Amino acid sequence: MNIIVCVKQVPDTTEVRIDPETNTLMRKGVPSIMNPFDKNALEAAVQLKEEHGGTVTAITMGPPQAKAVLKECLSVGADKAYLVSDIAFGGADTLATSYTLASAIKTMCDYDLIICGKQAIDGDTAQVGPEIAEHLDIAQVTYVTKVKVEGDKIITEREHDEGYEVIEAQIPSVITVVKAINEPRYATVKSKMASNRVEIPTITSADLVVDEKMLGLDGSPTKVNKIFSPPKRLSGVMIKHDNGKDSACELIQKLTELRVI
Amino acid sequence: KKSNRKINIDDYKDIWVFIETEHGKPRNVGLELLGQGRNLAEKLNQNLVGIVFGKNTDEVVKEVKDYGTDKIIVVEGEEFEHYNTDSYTIALTKLINEYKPSVILIGATNNGRDLGPRVACRVKTGLTADCTDLGVDEDSGNVAWTRPAFGGNIMATILCPDHRPQIGTVRPNVFKKPEVEVKEHCKIIREKIEVEPKDIRTKRIDFIKLASEESVNLEEADVIVSGGRGLRNPENFAIIKELADVMGGTVGASRAAVDAGWLPAIHQVGQTGKTVGPKIYIACGISGAIQHYAGMSSSDIIIAINKDKDAPIFDVADYGIVGDLFEVVPALTEEIRKLKNI
Ligand SMILES: Cc1cc2nc3c(=O)[nH]c(=O)nc-3n(C[C@H](O)[C@H](O)[C@H](O)COP(=O)(O)OP(=O)(O)OC[C@H]3O[C@@H](n4cnc5c(N)ncnc54)[C@H](O)[C@@H]3O)c2cc1C
Ligand SMILES: Cc1cc2nc3c(=O)[nH]c(=O)nc-3n(C[C@H](O)[C@H](O)[C@H](O)COP(=O)(O)OP(=O)(O)OC[C@H]3O[C@@H](n4cnc5c(N)ncnc54)[C@H](O)[C@@H]3O)c2cc1C
Repeated sequence: MNIIVCVKQVPDTTEVRIDPETNTLMRKGVPSIMNPFDKNALEAAVQLKEEHGGTVTAITMGPPQAKAVLKECLSVGADKAYLVSDIAFGGADTLATSYTLASAIKTMCDYDLIICGKQAIDGDTAQVGPEIAEHLDIAQVTYVTKVKVEGDKIITEREHDEGYEVIEAQIPSVITVVKAINEPRYATVKSKMASNRVEIPTITSADLVVDEKMLGLDGSPTKVNKIFSPPKRLSGVMIKHDNGKDSACELIQKLTELRVI
Repeated sequence: KKSNRKINIDDYKDIWVFIETEHGKPRNVGLELLGQGRNLAEKLNQNLVGIVFGKNTDEVVKEVKDYGTDKIIVVEGEEFEHYNTDSYTIALTKLINEYKPSVILIGATNNGRDLGPRVACRVKTGLTADCTDLGVDEDSGNVAWTRPAFGGNIMATILCPDHRPQIGTVRPNVFKKPEVEVKEHCKIIREKIEVEPKDIRTKRIDFIKLASEESVNLEEADVIVSGGRGLRNPENFAIIKELADVMGGTVGASRAAVDAGWLPAIHQVGQTGKTVGPKIYIACGISGAIQHYAGMSSSDIIIAINKDKDAPIFDVADYGIVGDLFEVVPALTEEIRKLKNI
């Protein structure tokens, strides 16, 4: 099993706000982390490798500092890591991002499986995984909660409102995983030190066979027109009595007046 | 202007709504989007078209017709009985190339968010994810897609100016289903699309239905009673369940409660759980983190019960009860029982 895991470095979104003066994102001082779902993606890959042998390769597209998440991958079981980085890739939407990642994947050795997170917690689109599958013309299964390998196929469980679909997919394929799939392991001091010493190669646009018009901002059909703070919901009526029963009665009375119950 | 594909935008017309089906019925989100599609169609002076795939589609077509569609394109066949990435992508792409729609709305369900990117990538156009508001950009006449990003901390309005169709997935439960309005002339077009077995690379081999008490359709619930870390242990969820039962509602949970193993993940409401939009949402012992709020902000009425008067949930609640949930929740159940005589 040769597995490629796509990981993204994201700002810790709990702390991202909009600057009311300039209407731009205030990212300054916001810590960067590995996208939480990508930790599950990597863990799933490492578990499959432990069972079936093979290699796990982590890739990320981003600025040079995104190497930090690749080191993190190396410290918890990835064998190799590549940074996909070039000024030409900047400003990419999901179509251009997935095109670039798919083009980088094509330069790598044979792969059986590509694992992505369900979504990135900054862009929140959940589109990059399926679009990579389309660029590579291979199968996809999204929202996966379980995966096992059987011969030249994978058997997955996929989230559904009323339960789980069991989906069989051909190899190679792309899967995107949800948090419930596993509990990611932690790095040890030793594995962290070892991963720090690894040289991480950078793939630039010169290394890829690509149509340059499909990269970065120019290759992105969607344009962010404006960003703004979410409209605030006005806070409503507070109810506070000494005992719960009085509070409950007042609420029921209000709801009955509104005719909602 | 830079554009990597020279297309004539004026060749593309009509507003399409993809109607996802389940058990031979349209899912609510498709019907909600017909209302939004109608708005766009009127503003842009174009037709509203429903797109229906399935094995037996008669019932769906009948229902969709009554939501103001000018046209319905139907694709029937065995390979469309259940959602399948390949067969649905092949069929939708074929229709796009043949009819050249200007706009496609797809419900942002798991299946919609599986299909949208696959199709958008195949026809090399833009896709805006998980929208919560739709409008028309005055200057350009493009659809203005508005969506939350960064876990609900910011909103972004996105355009797809030089590519067609303009595609977006739209969150369930954000818009109300429109009023039924029977059209005299809804044209129904049946397209025969055959998908070769070799082109289908995934197969649904089984479906594991959760036991009925475990199955939770939060997305379509009218009332949701959710519990958080304030519940302290799994057994205490019984009082949440009782309140939900007397109100004819469903049980939800914060991620803290799910992570603690008190309830299965399908109950989770929030950025990384379900997005819900009930008439009444009652948050019990939930602090109101932005990631939780992101999943329930479009509820009609939010009620919060929390013993901490400064809990952020009170900033967004329509009714906030400051108090101990172990007193308030059973009292509410009791009062509603009295009211309903049960
Ligand atoms: C406010 C805002 C709104 C946006 N809205 C849209 C939109 O509606 N449509 C659109 O096309 N673009 C949109 N974008 C651009 C989009 O966020 C970027 O293209 C981003 O690089 C990838 O999308 P994502 O973060 O949503 O990733 P997702 O598609 O949510 O990520 C899913 C998985 O793909 C993999 N992955 C994603 N990015 C990378 C990467 N750089 N390197 C390695 N693996 C990766 C990871 O495994 C990740 O878990 C938006 C950007 C902003 C700032
Ligand atoms: C990337 C990311 C994604 C996330 N996704 C989600 C998500 O999808 N959904 C989600 O919910 N969270 C999500 N979170 C977690 C979120 O940030 C919060 O940690 C979580 O919502 C807290 O859950 P809680 O409100 O139940 O617990 P707490 O924050 O611990 O709040 C418990 C509350 O209960 C109150 N309380 C205690 N005892 C009582 C009592 N007897 N009576 C009344 N009140 C009482 C307390 O005052 C407190 O306000 C996410 C976080 C991240 C970083």
